[in-house]
Amino acid sequence: MLIRQPEPLLPSEITPPEIYRERRRFMQGIGALAAGTALGTPDDAHAGLKLDGVRASVYKLDEARTPFREVTTYNNFYEFGTGKGDPAENAGSLRTRPWTLAIEGEVRKPKTWDIDALLKLAPLEERVYRMRCVEGWSMVIPWVGFSLAELLRRAEPTSKARYVEFVSLNDPKQMPGQRSRVLDWPYVEGLRLDEAMHPLTLMAMGLYGEVLPNQNGAPIRLVVPWKYGFKSAKSIVKIRLVEKQPVSSWTKANPEEYGFYSNVNPQVDHPRWSQAKERRIGEFFKRDTLMFNGYASQVARLYRGMDLKKYY
Amino acid sequence: MGAVLRNPKLWVFVICLLPLARLIALGGSGGLGANPIEFITRSTGTWTLVGLILTLSITPLRRLSGRADLVRYRRMLGLFSFFYACLHFITYIWLDQFFDLGAVARDIVKRPFITVGFSAFVLLIPLAATSTHAMMRRLGRRWQTLHRLVYPIALLAVVHYLWLVKKDLTEPLIYGAVVVTLLALRLPWGVSLIKVARRGVGSGSPAK
Repeated sequence: MLIRQPEPLLPSEITPPEIYRERRRFMQGIGALAAGTALGTPDDAHAGLKLDGVRASVYKLDEARTPFREVTTYNNFYEFGTGKGDPAENAGSLRTRPWTLAIEGEVRKPKTWDIDALLKLAPLEERVYRMRCVEGWSMVIPWVGFSLAELLRRAEPTSKARYVEFVSLNDPKQMPGQRSRVLDWPYVEGLRLDEAMHPLTLMAMGLYGEVLPNQNGAPIRLVVPWKYGFKSAKSIVKIRLVEKQPVSSWTKANPEEYGFYSNVNPQVDHPRWSQAKERRIGEFFKRDTLMFNGYASQVARLYRGMDLKKYY
Repeated sequence: MGAVLRNPKLWVFVICLLPLARLIALGGSGGLGANPIEFITRSTGTWTLVGLILTLSITPLRRLSGRADLVRYRRMLGLFSFFYACLHFITYIWLDQFFDLGAVARDIVKRPFITVGFSAFVLLIPLAATSTHAMMRRLGRRWQTLHRLVYPIALLAVVHYLWLVKKDLTEPLIYGAVVVTLLALRLPWGVSLIKVARRGVGSGSPAK
């Protein structure tokens, strides 16, 4: 039983009208181009379960949130197909309960938590983060969760632990996209221990105040807001603390294009396209991509003295 | 009026406009998804490639079916692929880059997939410009030589698609296989293959 705290109304509980107005303006632009009639879309339908006891946090942004509908229908989650609409369409087959997350490797106290235990492990916070995809688009998403450090601390990493490896679920029965070998399953990602311990690094279990929808990486996923989206592994079943730098799935698939660090960096282009600008979903004009996705003041020190062109 | 409606060329023309009509309808009803500009770019690019494939399939189909009149549709199909290529290019220049011509120029030079796509587009221009009967007559035999440019154009279009995909190459490879097949059917052994197939198909009916 979760304890309901008398919290003030969360910003995400109010449907922000400026988002819809902006969206309408955008659609009118497209409509004028296409000589069609401009119509808005109906209000976003939130179908998920509300999470109890979510507190507001200091992680807020003065930027319009990407509407729930876009956040939950435009996804890269190759376990459910390579099209942007595939996850929303196919993720219904994912069973998120029962679900356990194991933490092992170079730790003094290996642990396995049930998802319901994880939801009560530390206070759930709403954190509004920018999300920048390596493909050149971005969103602003109100996640719900707590710092990964909360988990790592409880497992007590040993002095040998230098990196953290994240392993996602591997079950082609639940994840139809895994029947094709588009990536080497299971999906594996990794962080340096100091990156993983950074307070910004989030384990998310919710979105817009609700239980995380399957297509967004339910029931528990990583969110590393200063790195390209693919670093934020979804539907995680195992966290391993290791001595050597893990090889992530995308690095294995294409080492020249997807490096271990994959920090958002407008000055380091993808070999095939520029990373200087991005299209915020719902906006017409591209905006400049910010160094470390706008989190430079918090994370730049982690990379002091490193050649970020070499360690891309 | 009846005679106009019975003209198959009119129907081909109308069908070729359907992809554009669909985009307009989706734009009007908010059906272009979370990233409408990407949707439009992808869609116009895909239909350009489909148009090229249809144009290239006329000659093998004509040889296979023996229906010489199919060639009547070739110019329209070719011009429609140019039309969708123009929409694709305009979408990129206008909606994607918003006339940031410096960025466009850098893209064309620096990004191989854009270099290749842009080359294919530029090569289509002389073909569209010389598509009239008058130009055919004026150029004579050179017209055909010039219009063989459509072969490298189709290959460039496939490479353009292959190089922009992040990982899943299935779709561009399918388009690539179709283009390569259509080009192979123009080689001597391809032509004789069509002849053999035609004899096989036509063995039950009297020869024309």
